[in-house]
Amino acid sequence: MRLTLRVWRQRDADTPGAMVTYDIDDISEDMSFLEMLDTLNEKLILRGEEPVAFDHDCREGICGACGVVINGDAHGPERTTTCQLHMRHFDDGDTVDVEPWRAGAFPVVKDLVVDRSAFDRIIGAGGYISVPTGAAPEAHATPVPKADADFAFEHAECIGCGACVAACPNGSAMLFTSAKVNHLNVLPQGAPERETRVLDMVSAMDEEGFGGCTLAGECATACPKGIALPSIAAMNKEWLRATRKASRR
Amino acid sequence: MSENTDYTAYETGAPVVDTKAPAGPVAERWDTRRFEAKLVNPANRRKHTVIVVGTGLAGGAAGATLAEQGYHVVQFCYQDSPRRAHSIAAQGGINAAKNYRNDGDSVHRLFYDTVKGGDFRARESNVHRLAQISVEIIDQCVAQGVPFAREYGGLLDTRSFGGVQVSRTFYARGQTGQQLLLGAYQALSRQIAAGNVEMHARTEMLDLIVVDGRARGIVARDLITGHVDTYFADAVVLASGGYGNVFYLSTNAKNSNATAIWRAHRRGAYFANPCFTQIHPTCIPRSGDHQSKLTLMSESLRNDGRIWVPKAHGDTRPPAEIPEDERDYYLERIYPSFGNLVPRDIASRAAKNVCDEGRGVGPGGQGVYLDFADAIRRLGRDAVEEKYGNLFEMYERITAENPYEVPMRIYPAIHYTMGGLWVDYDLQTTVPGLFAIGEANFSDHGANRLGASALMQGLADGYFVLPSTINDYLARNPHHDDIDASHPEAVRAVAETNDRLERLLAVDGDRTPDSFHREIGELLWEYCGMARTEEGLRKALGRIPEIREEFWHRIKVPGTGQELNQSLEKANRIVDYLELAELLCLDALHRTESCGGHFREESQTEGGEAERRDEEFSYAAAWEFAGTGRAPVLHKEALEFAYVHPTQRSYA
Repeated sequence: MRLTLRVWRQRDADTPGAMVTYDIDDISEDMSFLEMLDTLNEKLILRGEEPVAFDHDCREGICGACGVVINGDAHGPERTTTCQLHMRHFDDGDTVDVEPWRAGAFPVVKDLVVDRSAFDRIIGAGGYISVPTGAAPEAHATPVPKADADFAFEHAECIGCGACVAACPNGSAMLFTSAKVNHLNVLPQGAPERETRVLDMVSAMDEEGFGGCTLAGECATACPKGIALPSIAAMNKEWLRATRKASRR
Repeated sequence: MSENTDYTAYETGAPVVDTKAPAGPVAERWDTRRFEAKLVNPANRRKHTVIVVGTGLAGGAAGATLAEQGYHVVQFCYQDSPRRAHSIAAQGGINAAKNYRNDGDSVHRLFYDTVKGGDFRARESNVHRLAQISVEIIDQCVAQGVPFAREYGGLLDTRSFGGVQVSRTFYARGQTGQQLLLGAYQALSRQIAAGNVEMHARTEMLDLIVVDGRARGIVARDLITGHVDTYFADAVVLASGGYGNVFYLSTNAKNSNATAIWRAHRRGAYFANPCFTQIHPTCIPRSGDHQSKLTLMSESLRNDGRIWVPKAHGDTRPPAEIPEDERDYYLERIYPSFGNLVPRDIASRAAKNVCDEGRGVGPGGQGVYLDFADAIRRLGRDAVEEKYGNLFEMYERITAENPYEVPMRIYPAIHYTMGGLWVDYDLQTTVPGLFAIGEANFSDHGANRLGASALMQGLADGYFVLPSTINDYLARNPHHDDIDASHPEAVRAVAETNDRLERLLAVDGDRTPDSFHREIGELLWEYCGMARTEEGLRKALGRIPEIREEFWHRIKVPGTGQELNQSLEKANRIVDYLELAELLCLDALHRTESCGGHFREESQTEGGEAERRDEEFSYAAAWEFAGTGRAPVLHKEALEFAYVHPTQRSYA
């Protein structure tokens, strides 16, 4: 198949970028979107041009490294990661716009590569259970109801790709933050830090410059792991609970 | 680069005699070692800096644990975040001898299964320690909030994996690696936020700095600015993973690479058993020349899926039109007691054999069916979906075929490397102060790794083994002179690194890095893949120096070194693959027996099974670097089996 690609090219964080058009043919429908970009890059290198920089690693939809905005949608038309999107979802002759995540808290590094280190700092603010190695009790000492374990797992599935932020009109990181808060707060092991966790992670999120949540819901439609909008409501509940508790102290 | 010696004319040097494993009963050795080890006073730990390269299960766990103990940790990963290390892609599970099923499991049985599964090419002392620690890992991970699968009573669920007859694999749907890695990442993040770990993401180690025979630091490149810098420490820990990507197509992440361990090898660390590579039987077959990597379908699928090919050669009917009596469920036929759950090396080779016979299915005949029709009939579609839903979805997304209706097509692919840097019982390499943990070392899996054991080993090394043994090294080597970037060894290592990068940029040839990577990968897959022969290996060994020569004349790397330059990163990794490939083939050539994942066609039983030759080859082969293209020196570490008596493995 033949495609016209319009790709965001930006030399570095300090240089303005622009969309650049490339015509490309010989695209097989079995290729992944990233393999299509590989094909473009091989041609660019041989023409003596710089290939398009993009983040990627596992190419199995789990590491969360890849992610671009395709025709206005984070990760493109299917509910999956960019590496798991295949070219069979495009038609011969299509024009495809490829852009980096757009969000104030994710500055562009180069071309399609952005800086998502703000996510790491949100986790560092409280997205853990404080249990030094060796200090753990026997695993079966605390049974966890299956429903709670499943709830925790469904939130723990977040891959930290940032599609939720890119899709949000406000550039908010509420879905990302709520996924971790809910994963840990529902478990008995996470209970002792339940209040500090949600308060600290939410304030870290605000400090990083992510926008506020207006429940537009775009995040949940873009999430490749299907983390749902009620996740945000559950975190808000945790936050209110913790705030009230703190004010009573 | 002078290549005037015959690479295959290697010499055998002094054997490795001392592995630092204590004497005495195998079950007491780990306690003995921990007791004999010198400790560092908690108040003094702050004064020690430890470099950790990599943030996967081994590196993430080690960095977090060392920081908790009070050491100053400086950690590196090439990804944009430590959360992305490729351990995250492990699907199936993690083994532990908890015996929660009351099905006859024990530490001794896990030890036995792992030594046998490794085809008697692993050290008993190490494997026993691994089995002992396995139970603590589950405790630790549960306490961290890892959401393992649970039963309705709230207790942990388990399942079975290949090569064993108990149910000891703990899992979190098909995303166990992800959940364990995020547990380690969160523990690490806590230490980063507390200022105990200085984290350098998007920074790649390009060389090791050795001063007075001791590992004292690394050379690393900031992948954003391109700046090459030096970092110093009292000890260096490599947790940089395996070298499967030397084959180009593998289940590894695209950027997983061998540079850290290969550069350490060049600086004096022996490289052990490089020919022990694992080929995973259940991967999605390649769909064309554009293929950039291969995707694994978890081994857990073999619990319920049945593997078959048509009985007739060249049968191109759709699977549904092939009647039951014209199908060959070859694993169930050849190995009735383990059936579809034989170990990986055996399942892979059997798939290759039926495809070589012309009975493979799908494009090019490079595939076999993994069929869930019986399981769906027996358990219902919902139950199958509950167990394997995410894997079925992934399969359908990649192939556009619905595995609930059409059997999956699978084919073996490179997945894991049992070989790696040689380490002693303390996980220390032959360079004092340099440690290797997780897949980067060679120690625990022998010639074949059992399913769900990589996660176990990575976390055992990172959480428990290294943090104990490194104390001993640091306590015994307390006061190093302070060194900095002006030290001649640091200056030399930086200059060599910069030279290499500048040369890569200067060639300005007519071939892309990927074209060379594919070429070396295809060569290895053909001659050093699932079946190896002397003739093929010699052919590969003749060809590799030619490719290397061509590489330095024709490589084209656009851009500069002072920016994010992914072509330069790739090309620089290929420089090391082009040397590692040669050692891999030489090791495979020298080991004329078959064992585990290493199958020499010249050494097989009448039934076509791998034939070990213990009298000649019951040793780990530790290779010492002698220069690019120069014959390395072989050091043998004899393996002794006092507890698990070597037998020809039988899964029939």
